Amino acid sequence: MTKSRSFLKHEMVKFILFTILILFLPLAFKGGYLLNVFVFVGIHTLLAVALNLLLGYAGQISLGHAAFFGLGAYASGILTATHGQNPWLAMAVVAAAVGTLAFIIGFPILKLKGHYLAMATLGFGIIVYIAFNEAVELTGGPSGFSGIPNLSLGGVSFDTDFKNYYLIWGMTLVTILLSLNLVNSRIGRGLRAIHDSEVAARVMGVNVRFLKVQIFALSAVISSIAGSLYAHTMTFVSPTSFGFNFSVELVTMVIIGGLGSIYGSFLGAALLTLLPEILRAFQDYDIVVYGLLLIFMTMFMPGGLVRGIPALVGRIVMRSGAGSKADA
Amino acid sequence: MLKIKNINTFYGKVHALKNISIHLKQGEIVTLIGANGAGKTTILNSISAVTPPATGQIHFDDQDIAGLGPDRIVKLGICQVPEGRQVFKPLSVEDNLELGAYLRYRGREGRSAIRKDLDDMYALFPRLHERRKQAAGTLSGGEQQMLAMGRALMARPRLLLLDEPSMGLAPLVVQEIFRVIEQLRSERGTTVLLVEQNAKAALKMADRGYVLETGKVVLEGVASELLENKEVQRAYLGKDKKEIWER
Repeated sequence: MTKSRSFLKHEMVKFILFTILILFLPLAFKGGYLLNVFVFVGIHTLLAVALNLLLGYAGQISLGHAAFFGLGAYASGILTATHGQNPWLAMAVVAAAVGTLAFIIGFPILKLKGHYLAMATLGFGIIVYIAFNEAVELTGGPSGFSGIPNLSLGGVSFDTDFKNYYLIWGMTLVTILLSLNLVNSRIGRGLRAIHDSEVAARVMGVNVRFLKVQIFALSAVISSIAGSLYAHTMTFVSPTSFGFNFSVELVTMVIIGGLGSIYGSFLGAALLTLLPEILRAFQDYDIVVYGLLLIFMTMFMPGGLVRGIPALVGRIVMRSGAGSKADA
Repeated sequence: MLKIKNINTFYGKVHALKNISIHLKQGEIVTLIGANGAGKTTILNSISAVTPPATGQIHFDDQDIAGLGPDRIVKLGICQVPEGRQVFKPLSVEDNLELGAYLRYRGREGRSAIRKDLDDMYALFPRLHERRKQAAGTLSGGEQQMLAMGRALMARPRLLLLDEPSMGLAPLVVQEIFRVIEQLRSERGTTVLLVEQNAKAALKMADRGYVLETGKVVLEGVASELLENKEVQRAYLGKDKKEIWER
């Protein structure tokens, strides 16, 4: 017992340090453009954590996660802007609806494995993307949907980057804490068991089929909430934000950050959100850079940044240590 | 305790088990022997519902369990150690063991009972305790087999389905594994259904045995008698085997 408790304490310390980092980060930006970028890092972290639960822990690929994100964003937008509903209520109702949808499509889809699962989720993503474009009366079609109100809480309207930063990171930190709790529980062990061997997991009594669908639905719910937050922050949504490219980008974030690491998801999300800002010169070719990055990462850091960087640092320290010994 | 009546199992169109009927009494060690493809593993998989039988009945303590899902079967007290061990390689030894108790975390007995069983497993397999933080994939074959057995025992099964525990292991390790199986029966009264290629060792330890050939039971009986059976000796124990040029 003491052992697992000390492990949890270790996790708690890491989480508190991370929270402090996030809370004081805006001071470094002084309200500049980077603050705006980090609002999106927050949303992307939320999405990457959601996808990591599915892809990194349970080992189930989804190339259609942008669809859940988009459904959350559009449904929140339509319910609040067109129908004047309470944004918080809308967010909860939409998340529940998206979760239910994921649950229903999850049963047939998650019977598939590997490439076939990738194809099926890809198909789902494309269907939803087409729906965003074609349902013009509802979504505004390709030109987008505007006039979504900002969120507000107790008379405070979240209308600046500074306020949105804390709103979104608040949600993200809570999600990270809950996810850490989940992956360190028996459910987390069950997920990793499925990842490694479904047959062995089944003979251990893990209800593989149901657990896969459950985690798929949970992942969709988190993605939908991220979508709602995105819609209320941007006040405008258009289909291009929720297409195939973005689904691939999410997978890239998870893999580059580190499969099966919650903090890795933050690193991946931060890198891929900052990268376009850094790589402005490449303009339309940013997707090519993503691709190259993915190739190099899988070749040289298959464990992702979260494991690759410590290994790299270790190697450098070792080498310099050996070098100084050679000098002496 | 377990009664299988006329089960037929298929892999697609392949008829793998043809009207198999076997039974186990409480506290027995029963072995299934036969050549590759005879259907030994399929019988275990049919019981654990990994490949559910198409027809026939499986009764466990007078309850019909054919048609239940694998997790329900585990809950009832049947746990399988799959062929080739199938430990969860990236997970630590301890995580593997705790996964064995997956369904028990929801039960009423509480964490301390699971913790106690974990200590029991470490007592049974001291090597696992030394390596409890290590990834299971880094263990040797024999250690992985011990881990796979420990993992299954964490579910507190009354019936243990063991699929070729000696596969690819050194003779000394095989002895150790077999010793543990006997210990389990004598200390916990665990009933064991053992599938083995090593027919001689299995028959020496078991109470009864079934001989399978291409999906059918061709012979059954008390293990010591099977060991003496001329046909069994010729086919599976390598005695009096005449090569073609000797006939």
